[in-house]
Amino acid sequence: MKRVNAVIVGAGAAGGIVAKELATAGLSVVLLERGKWYTANDCRKDDLRNQRTTVLGNAFGPEDEGNPRVSVDATGVAQIVLPSEGSYSNDAACVGGGTLSYGAMAWRYLPQDFRMRSIYGAPAGSSLEDWPISYDDLEPYYEKAEYEIGVSGDYSGTPFHGPRKRPLPMPPLPPNREFEILEPAAKRLGLHPFHIPMARNSVPYNGRGPCMRCRWCVGFACEVDAKNGSQNTVIPTALATGNCELRTECMVREILTDDRGRARGVAYFDANGHLQEQPSDFVVVSACAIESARLLLNSKSRLFPNGVGNRYDQVGRNLQGHHYTGATGYFDFDTYDDVGPGASIAVADYNHGTPGLCGGGMLANEFIRLPIQMVDQMPVNTPRWGLAHKKAMRSVYKRNIALMGPTQEIPTADARVTLDPTVKDKWGMPVARISGNVHPHTFEIGAIQAKRCEAWLNEAGAISTSLKIYKPLIVTAGQHQAGTCRMGEDPRASVVNRNCQVHDVDNVFVIDGSVHVTNGGFNPALTIMAIAYFASESLVRNWKGTGFRS
Amino acid sequence: MQSNSKAIRLTRRQFVAAGAMGGAALAAGCNATNHGGWDFLNDAQAQTLAAISDQIIPADEFPSASQAGVLTYIDRQLARHYRRHRDTYRDGLAQAHAMSNERYGRDMAALSSTQQAELVSAIEHQNRKFFDLVRNHTLEGYYGAPRHGGNRDAVSWKMLGLAEPPVRGRAQYDLGKGPAS
Repeated sequence: MKRVNAVIVGAGAAGGIVAKELATAGLSVVLLERGKWYTANDCRKDDLRNQRTTVLGNAFGPEDEGNPRVSVDATGVAQIVLPSEGSYSNDAACVGGGTLSYGAMAWRYLPQDFRMRSIYGAPAGSSLEDWPISYDDLEPYYEKAEYEIGVSGDYSGTPFHGPRKRPLPMPPLPPNREFEILEPAAKRLGLHPFHIPMARNSVPYNGRGPCMRCRWCVGFACEVDAKNGSQNTVIPTALATGNCELRTECMVREILTDDRGRARGVAYFDANGHLQEQPSDFVVVSACAIESARLLLNSKSRLFPNGVGNRYDQVGRNLQGHHYTGATGYFDFDTYDDVGPGASIAVADYNHGTPGLCGGGMLANEFIRLPIQMVDQMPVNTPRWGLAHKKAMRSVYKRNIALMGPTQEIPTADARVTLDPTVKDKWGMPVARISGNVHPHTFEIGAIQAKRCEAWLNEAGAISTSLKIYKPLIVTAGQHQAGTCRMGEDPRASVVNRNCQVHDVDNVFVIDGSVHVTNGGFNPALTIMAIAYFASESLVRNWKGTGFRS
Repeated sequence: MQSNSKAIRLTRRQFVAAGAMGGAALAAGCNATNHGGWDFLNDAQAQTLAAISDQIIPADEFPSASQAGVLTYIDRQLARHYRRHRDTYRDGLAQAHAMSNERYGRDMAALSSTQQAELVSAIEHQNRKFFDLVRNHTLEGYYGAPRHGGNRDAVSWKMLGLAEPPVRGRAQYDLGKGPAS
């Protein structure tokens, strides 16, 4: 196979951006994606088979068959889990990755989110740490992501955001009914509500039309292509340069290394299951936190007996996602207006600054819930079945609001991805084994966040509420998975440097949520994108045609 | 309860016909892929399952679970995505059948609604794994998309006052078809 400059593993939020940046800079790129390329026409509005409600499987991969993981809970019980099960911590496997079917909240982390250890100190037993880069380092790249991917919203209602040079490129969508109910209540509580930034066209942008405001959004592909992901922005741009080839249904087995300890390409199984080798000058791993770690760990050789980048046993550690808690409020008037995408209003007042708590997270109203998503959201003391449940569905469905938020997790080194010693996937490769949990202080913060949601709902006129407080037995990395190839200056305590370059192999890069030191109190997609732009720029700058300037 | 007498000794065909009140054409469509029988269940199992499902979602001014096609949904999935739950269903339904005959001397479908509710509560306590599956699958079949065989004529979405069909955009794919993926 013809040698190229770069092989990129994974065509998701980060991989798509890296492909576009390298290809437009004139480098030759092969972009490998294990899933398929879906379009707006593949939206089926199937409420039982999508990326949000997966009782009949994931619409955009991976398939339940042949893609197991092993999940080990706090009591040491290990079990094989399927992609449609929660403890699998799935992210979609397709061109666009999670960005094809995400809710598309497009948050910047706050300046404090990059300095968690300096601000709070590390709780005993945690691996809380500062990032080696700051909000200011990322600011231009956040802006680039907002403009190239396309973000609508309005930050003017809140002082709780980092400095920004330009406003968002698109105004927010008009408020829905929940916004109108929740906004005055938040203000009465002294909070600062504002329009959620969304990677969703509110007006025509980038040659595509605006959101038509149907109620099938998070978990689904957008049938009018108004939701912005890498699959309908940067990847088409990368392909249009003529320098990038996208190969779908290709599963990478390992990063190949030479006798001098440098990467020489990848081995992958193509769509027909045949093993192929793609030689390259360097390799970019953008497979999402769990699969990126797994690929590095599976890339074993004489010089790398424990996998690439894993000399100090750091790959796979500090796995984290977000600890979601919240409350549902029940009202004696209709709160439901059948207008998507549903989530519309947020506050960032509780991300930092509460004495005794290491951070917090934003709070927002939930995306619109389809009937099947409501069956377990009934008021407290409603029977789980029978006529009373049916009647509650009828009386409550249009009269409730759910608020929740992603509590920033306090990471630990023990929450980690390793290779399972026995279970293999359909290609015969050892699967990811997920074990450990985030620091328990996370759950204390989450419980307080839920009560804050409840107070907001009560102020808005709820006649009753139910709290959603959890204490999971295993790290719930989910679609927000991050942290497994931590960015840092110290090779003994991190996997990549500030430019996302693996410490001990200078032509392997990990560019995705894996490098997040901490994961903010926000959905991570825009930060993953900003880092992809940031890392791509230094990659192009340092590339000298045959090697990297050191 | 009205629906119980109807549920007695129904075959697959009669089931479809019974649920088709107000939706005959649709029912014929649902039946098109079946060859006069269930994909997984036998008739006796179907009757027991109908009795349980109809306690989870009984009829009132809106149809019960079985009237809305929930058995078609569950049966179809037991031959497809829920193959892994077959043993739990087989054993659970046999246990329910045995419990009914032991306690009341009759098959479950022949019990009064009160007796059926008692029995379902007992199953919930004695075989939580089986009960939770049936409970969740019944709710999926009733409140989920009609394309999977349940929620006949989108009856539950109408009950909740939702637009049916949902707001549509430019891409006019067939909402009745299964997933593209």
